[in-house]
Formats: sequence, C-alpha cells, structure tokens
Amino acid sequence: MMDELTDEQIEEIARQTEEDTGIKLNLSPEERRLFGLRIYQDFNDKKRQMIYINERRISMSYNDYEIVMGLETHVELKTNTKIYCNCTTEFGGDPNTHCCPVCIGLPGSLPVLNEKVVEFAIRAGLATECKIQEYSKQDRKNYFYPDLPKAYQVSQYDLPLCYEGKVGIVADGVGKNICITRIHIEEDAGKLLHENVPGSLVDYNRGGVPLIEIVSEPDLRSSDEVKVYLEKLKTILKYIEVSDCKMQEGSLRCDVNISVRKKGDTKFGTRTELKNMNSFTFIVKAIEYESKRQIDVIEAGGTIVQETRRWEEARGVTESMRGKEEAHDYRYFPEPDLMPIVTTKETIEKIRATLPELPEIKKAKYINKLGLTQYDANLIGDYKNVAEFFEASIEGVKNPKSVANIIIVDIYKKLDTEEEKEDFKIPFSPKHLNELALAIESGTISNSIGKKVLEEMWETGKAPNTIIEEKGLKQMDNSDEIREIVRKVIAANPQAIEDYRAGREKAFMSLVGAVMKETKGKANPQMVNEMMREEITKL
Amino acid sequence: MDIKNKTVHELKNMLDKKETTSVEITKDYLNRIGEVEEKVQAFITVTEDVALKQAEISDNKRKNGEKLGALEGIPMAIKDNMCTDGILTTCGSKILNNFIPPYNATVVDKLNNAGCVLLGKTNMDEFAMGSSTETSYYKKTKNPWDLNRVPGGSSGGSAAAVAANEAPFALGSDTGGSIRQPAHYCGLVGMKPTYGSVSRYGLVAFASSLDQIGTFTKDVHDMALIMNNIVGHDPKDSTSYPQEHPDFTNALNQDIKGMKIALPKEFFGHGINEEVRIAIMNVSKKYESMGATIEEVSMPMSDYALSVYYIIACAEASSNLARYDGVRFGYRAKDVESLDDLYKKTRSEGFGDEVKRRIMLGTYVLSSGYYDAYYKKAQQVRTLINDEFDKIFDKYDMILTPTGPTVAFEFGKNSDNPLEMYMNDICTVPINIAGVPAMSMNCGFDSQGMPIGMQLVGKHFDEFGIIKLAHAMERELGLDNGAGL
Repeated sequence: MMDELTDEQIEEIARQTEEDTGIKLNLSPEERRLFGLRIYQDFNDKKRQMIYINERRISMSYNDYEIVMGLETHVELKTNTKIYCNCTTEFGGDPNTHCCPVCIGLPGSLPVLNEKVVEFAIRAGLATECKIQEYSKQDRKNYFYPDLPKAYQVSQYDLPLCYEGKVGIVADGVGKNICITRIHIEEDAGKLLHENVPGSLVDYNRGGVPLIEIVSEPDLRSSDEVKVYLEKLKTILKYIEVSDCKMQEGSLRCDVNISVRKKGDTKFGTRTELKNMNSFTFIVKAIEYESKRQIDVIEAGGTIVQETRRWEEARGVTESMRGKEEAHDYRYFPEPDLMPIVTTKETIEKIRATLPELPEIKKAKYINKLGLTQYDANLIGDYKNVAEFFEASIEGVKNPKSVANIIIVDIYKKLDTEEEKEDFKIPFSPKHLNELALAIESGTISNSIGKKVLEEMWETGKAPNTIIEEKGLKQMDNSDEIREIVRKVIAANPQAIEDYRAGREKAFMSLVGAVMKETKGKANPQMVNEMMREEITKL
Repeated sequence: MDIKNKTVHELKNMLDKKETTSVEITKDYLNRIGEVEEKVQAFITVTEDVALKQAEISDNKRKNGEKLGALEGIPMAIKDNMCTDGILTTCGSKILNNFIPPYNATVVDKLNNAGCVLLGKTNMDEFAMGSSTETSYYKKTKNPWDLNRVPGGSSGGSAAAVAANEAPFALGSDTGGSIRQPAHYCGLVGMKPTYGSVSRYGLVAFASSLDQIGTFTKDVHDMALIMNNIVGHDPKDSTSYPQEHPDFTNALNQDIKGMKIALPKEFFGHGINEEVRIAIMNVSKKYESMGATIEEVSMPMSDYALSVYYIIACAEASSNLARYDGVRFGYRAKDVESLDDLYKKTRSEGFGDEVKRRIMLGTYVLSSGYYDAYYKKAQQVRTLINDEFDKIFDKYDMILTPTGPTVAFEFGKNSDNPLEMYMNDICTVPINIAGVPAMSMNCGFDSQGMPIGMQLVGKHFDEFGIIKLAHAMERELGLDNGAGL
C-alpha cells in the first residue's frame, strides 16, 4: 500500500505534519521519506503524530551534538584589605560596616591599588602558566546598578595582568589542556537584599573586595570537563594561597559561555551565557539543561538567540535575563585615577620563587618516584598541608606507600570534613609519623600494632617509640620463644590440626591467630606461619 | 582694622607681631561678607560658627605658646567642590543639595593643620563645568570690578570672594582654566600647579586626568605661601607625585636675567582682543628690558587642544558623574515607579543643562563604534600636544600667553551659545592637557578699567620658575589691584 505513494505525496505528508505541529525537522532526504511514510500510517491521528515527531527528535540523539564551553571564573582574593581602600575583606559582618568613603564611592574619594592584589593575581597567572603583562592598566566598566556604588567597576580591558596560560585536566580518563585566555583583576560589587525587607536594600561590605577573573578559551566539551577544570582551578588557587575558593560564600563563581554544534562542524554555534553559577551541582545541571535546550531549538529548526540566561534551581531550567539588544555597552576606558601597573621581570621572578610546588608536579613525583598509585597521589596531593606533611614524614622510609596508607586509611578516618583535611591540624608531627613508619618497616612492630600505636599517638601526642617502649609492644624476635608458643597451641588444638590436614586452610589460620593472640600480636606473623607449618609437618 | 586689600603675608605679619588676633580678623571678614555678599554672591555656604571657633582655637594656641601652623589664624574660602567634614558640599549642583561629606579633602586637612580658618564654601559652575559660574544651581556670582559682568568660571565664587575682600585667599580647581580665567577676569593671581603636585583626594571629580587644585591670592607672595602648604605627595591619591618641593617664597625677589621666554603665536590668534594682545606684548617688552630673552615660537598642535579637551573631559565626566543616581546620597526624585525611573528622574531633575550636555557628549564618545574615532584619537593627540610642550621646554624656561581672549564679559552673553563659551578656554585648556603648571596674573586694564591677565606656563614642577618671573613682573608693573567695590 505504501509503495503506491509517490515521493511527492510523501513529501507533502511530511510538510503538512511540520505545519500542523509547528516543528521543523532537520532530516536527510531518506530520513524524511521514512518519516513521511510512518506518518501516513497514522495520518488521521494528530496525537500520534505529535508523539512520533517528538520521539523522532529525541532519537536524533543529543549524541550527534557537541557542547562547546568557555568559562569566566571569578575568584575572591584573600587579601586582608580591599582592592582600593583599607577596609577589611572579612566575609559577613553587619551590613555596611566594612565600608569607607572610597568603597562606597563618595564624591571626591580616590582609589589606591592594594599591591597584594597584583602579587596574588601574578601568582595565579604563574601557577596557570600564563605570561605576565609587564605594562598593564586598569579600566572603568560603566553601567548602572545599585550594588555598584560608583556606577562603574574598575576592571581591566585590553591589557590584563596575565594572559595565554593553560590548565591540564583529566576527564573520563583523557587528559587535555584548557587554555587560559587571560586573568585580570577587578573589584567586587555589593549585595542586594530583597527578602524580608521593605523594597530592596544594599550591603556594600563585599563592594571593593578584590577579584581575579580567569577567562578560558572555548575548550570545554562536557559538564564533566567543566567540573574537573573548576576543581583543578580550586586546588591550584588554594595551593598558592590566593583564595579560599568557598563557593557557598561566593568567593568562587563562574559564568559559562555555552553553545552546541553538530559533531564534526568547525564553526561555533551561537552562544548563550549562564551567569553567576556558584555551586558545582547547579553548574552541571545548568549545562545539561541548557545544552539540551539549544539542541531542541536547533532540531526544531529554530535559531539560538545570543543572550544572558540564569539558572532557576527551583524549576530546574535556565531563563533569559537579557538579550543581545539589551546588552550593556560598558564604554570601557582607562581609569584615570590609577597609574599603570608596571611589573618588572625581577618582580615576576621574585614572585615565582615564592610559589610552592604545584599539585600536578607533586603527584607526578609521588607516582613516578615514590610508587604511589594515581588514586593515592590525588588523595594526598590535592591538599597542600597533607602533601607537605606526607613529604616531611617519608625520610628514610623504603616504601613511602605505607606512609600514604596510614594517612589515607587511618588519619583521614578521623577527619570528617574537607576543611579538616585541608587544615590537616593533627595531634602529632611528621617526625612522629616517620618514626612510626620506620618502626613498622623494620619489623619492630607489626602493622596491626602500628594501628594501636597510632591511636595512642592521636590520644596522647607521645612519640611512637615511647609508646612502644612503655606498652612493651615490640615484636617478639626470639624464635625459640615463639616456637614454644606454637607447640603449645598445636598441643591444645588437635581438632584444628585434623581439619588442616583434611585440607581446610581456615583451620591453619585459626592456629596462627591463636599464636598471635597468645603473644598479644607482638609475634612476627611471617615467622609464626613458617614455624607452624614446620611443627605440623614434624608431627 | 581695615582688611580691605590686605594680603595673607600682611595679615600673617600683624598676627605674628600680635597687632591683631585671628578672631578679630575673622570677624572683619565675616562683617565684610555681610556688607557685600548681597551684591557679589560669592558663597554658597558661609561657615560663620566654624570660622569663629577655629579662630578662637588658633588664638589660644598662640596665647599658650603652642606650635603654630605656617598660616596660623589666616581665614580662607574654599570652592564648593572640595569635601569639608560635616559641612555641606554641593558642587554648585542640585543633585548634591543635601550632601554633607564625612571627611575632609586632603587640601582642607593640610590648610587646617597650617592653622587656617574656614569662612565658607564658594559658588561655582555646576560640577565645575562652565566659564562664567552661571551654570551654578544656586546663584549668579558677580564680578566685583563690574557687577554686570561675570567673574569667570568655574571657580568664580572663589575669585569674586578674594577680589571683593570677602576672603584673603581662596582655593579653586582648574580643569581647563577654571582658576586662571576667573583670576584674569577678577585681577588676581591664580595658580594651577602641575598635575599631581596637589592631592585631588576629596576634590569632587569632573575630569580626573585634568583636575587640579590651586590658589587665588592678591599677590604672588601670597601664592607662594599658600602653595608651600598644599603641595606634596598624598598616599590617598595615586596620581599625586612623590616630588620634593622647594620653599616657593625663595623664588621671590630673584633676578630673571638670562631666562628664556617663548611666545607661541597660536595663542595670539583665535579672536584675541586687541587690548589684551597689547597688554601681553607690553609685558613681553618689559621682560626683555629686565634681561630675559623673548622669542616667538609656533605650537601648531595647540590648535587641537580644545577639541581634545572636550572629548577627554566629557568622557571622564560621564563616568565620574554616573554615581549621582539617587541611591546613596544627594538628591533623589520622588514618586518613581522602577529602578530605571529612579535613575532617569533623579538625574534629569538633579543636573543642569550644561552638565547634561557634557554627560551626553562623554557617553557618546566612549560608546562602542565611536571610541576609536573620538576618545582614542583624542588621547593620541594629547600625546602629541605633550610632546610639543616638551620640545618648547627643551629650549625655553617659560611660555608667556594671554590667559583668555577677552576681558570679563556681561551676563548672558555666551550662555546660549556653548561653543562661544568654550572659546574662552582656548588659551588655558592646552596647559591642562599637558599637565604643566601655569598661573594668571593681572598685567593691566582695558579701556573700561577691566583687568587683563597674563599667563605664565612652566615646565612640569617648575612652579618655582613661574613665581620668579611673576614676582619680577608684579614688582615692575606695580598695579593697584583693588576692585573698588
């Protein structure tokens, strides 16, 4: 029956369906023919038409598309004072108590650049392999908003402090570089309060807190890559001690520039900008939603409008904030109240010399030189204080992995939060951990005794050797003594011997366990094993 | 005591010799303000209580033998665009009709520390935008030499106050001639120091890269005294230079033999009034007879200065004045429906026409698509103008020009034609573009008895050289600078 239809008729059905549903499909001629035929079967059922056409669209799966993203990451720097005045940068405080004529932009007040901000930004630049602009300047970005007291934000336009850097990431087991376009310094705005107040109120405590904006190239291809990239940035920035990167306090937030294109296309699609994302969960959700939305629009024959959108967590959607025509003309121009920032090569080198070894380098060293697994290296290397503690406690240890194990298994168990791991303030020193590791490695105590010693160290802060001495935990190395106990155990457990002979390995283990119990764990388990087999054979 | 035409150094002498007290002098000036202010309208705010209190404190210090400031007990007037702690500071604008700053401008602090007594805040063109003080929201200040004429602007209130003996000296600000032109119109010494030599902290900004605070005095000696007390690096102003300044009074009574003076011909074209031209040529001859060499030079780039000025000044102003939005301080429009409405109504009702005109011009030249054609090009020409000044100063110690093309004009003459009004700044604007120091000083009178100003322009930070040459001419001319009011 179907074969009776001409191609023209099939095309007419497809066209009519598109008209009826208001959805245009991007299909190859063959796909379109099949689609028309399928519709023909249900020609009189509009509802089935709708369901089918939607299915068809989904089956043109999202996998045909590639997401292209670039990030603008805003990071609050943890300088003591604000970028252009001496007010504190401390988070919180009663509204408008961390303010002065400069940061609320009173007429006549003038900014003075906090040199620490330049230093911190250069640190961030060096840690992300950026070039440093030796002659940089600050510019005014003009727009009206009540949280911006001067009606301009002092930022940097064409000569950012740092440019052309990169950050290496590993996502889905694949390593790649995310290029950094630039890092510039700028001032934060205040905060508007709308809830539980008459009208709107403004708190300028945050106004003038220094920020760096890290702009990436459109190198990111999935929400996972974005997440890994942000986590990587966070680790680096904390390592070099320029920011706390506390997303919940807004000290790390980002704008995501996102577009989609058919895989294999080389031209970028039209992008939208997702503004002010300040949680990893929201970022991932927003990217998933927005990329699908864009694909749906394109699949339906529509075009993406360049606009700024915000994530509406309550409804789980992104929503337009303003279109291109409402986009601000910021009228950037050089800030005449501030002098150019001139950074000499010597200053840059001086700052470079103060940078700690970065996590990537540490991790590579742990894996290649110390024999740690990637997993262990990450768990230690991601936290600067842990890494330093670890490095200080492996001197003379033949197998540093055992030290890593103590940290990851026994010490992390006692630290509940990320902050506690980050701080890594524990009751004993790296030297004591070293002593403990050496005691285990030399066979002075066994692994299980080691755990007991560690507990004791945690409680009392005493040196492991002192604890071993005081509690008499030293491993028994007198073989006659151990052999004596082995014989005793064999004599007391004839049933177990029989079981063992019958081929039950478990029975053997229970015999060894009995010896260990008798010696309070101090016997060398290896030695006990050997002797037990010898003695049983002799029977 | 008759304070009429008394100079700061004369008052200082009398105080030092205990012939009078600060309270007595201050009362005399307050009385004089009471007598003539109705006619002159120089002040927006007279701070009588503050003045008497400060004077009393000063007298007590002197009585108790405490350490005295360099200008101990001397009264002063301050242009109303410099912040004064607890005292209304309006900038001549409705939009700041209720703004009481919680802090002092650095110059105000410096002069307070030097022992000065604040008589009041003087009238000005709104946000210092104007050349006649007619754009003030509050009042029209009259020229004490002829009450039918403008005192010049934008620091017209400060100039008129000193010329009318309502204050022995005053501070003004000069963005394109706002000190020198009123000094020229009112027969005073008006000094615009090198950009960066006096802190701008607390000076309400008009055009940040051009604004500079300076002085109005009756003679050169007074100017040197006041300058000694206001210059210097200020850690609160990033554009102030860490420069050592000499004692400017050492430049008084010096020989000027051998000094080289340039007369740029471009400053004598542009509709320069003949009587003005003759007065300057007369000065030039006198310098020559005193042993200086005079040569005519050409500064062709200065022809572009006015265009460059109006682009840069307006661009900066459009950004500097954006903060007056009714949110935090100053005038706020009533009955608004939205945030946008609040901004639009507040700014429409709060700013006067000239300010609106310049904000619009400035916004336009910075907007995308026009930035390169206007703002960027203006900055490039600014560099060329700077270079031209540098080249002249490679060969010459000083530049001599008229301060303005004409003497003080009558009210309303230029107020309907902004371009005509802008032409008044033709001789003063290039100096702000280059950031070099310049002063205006009375050098004669026209046929109607109106004062004519001469302008001396020096190298960066060579206020000393300016004072040397100016003082020599002041001695030579021996003019009576009393306005006769």
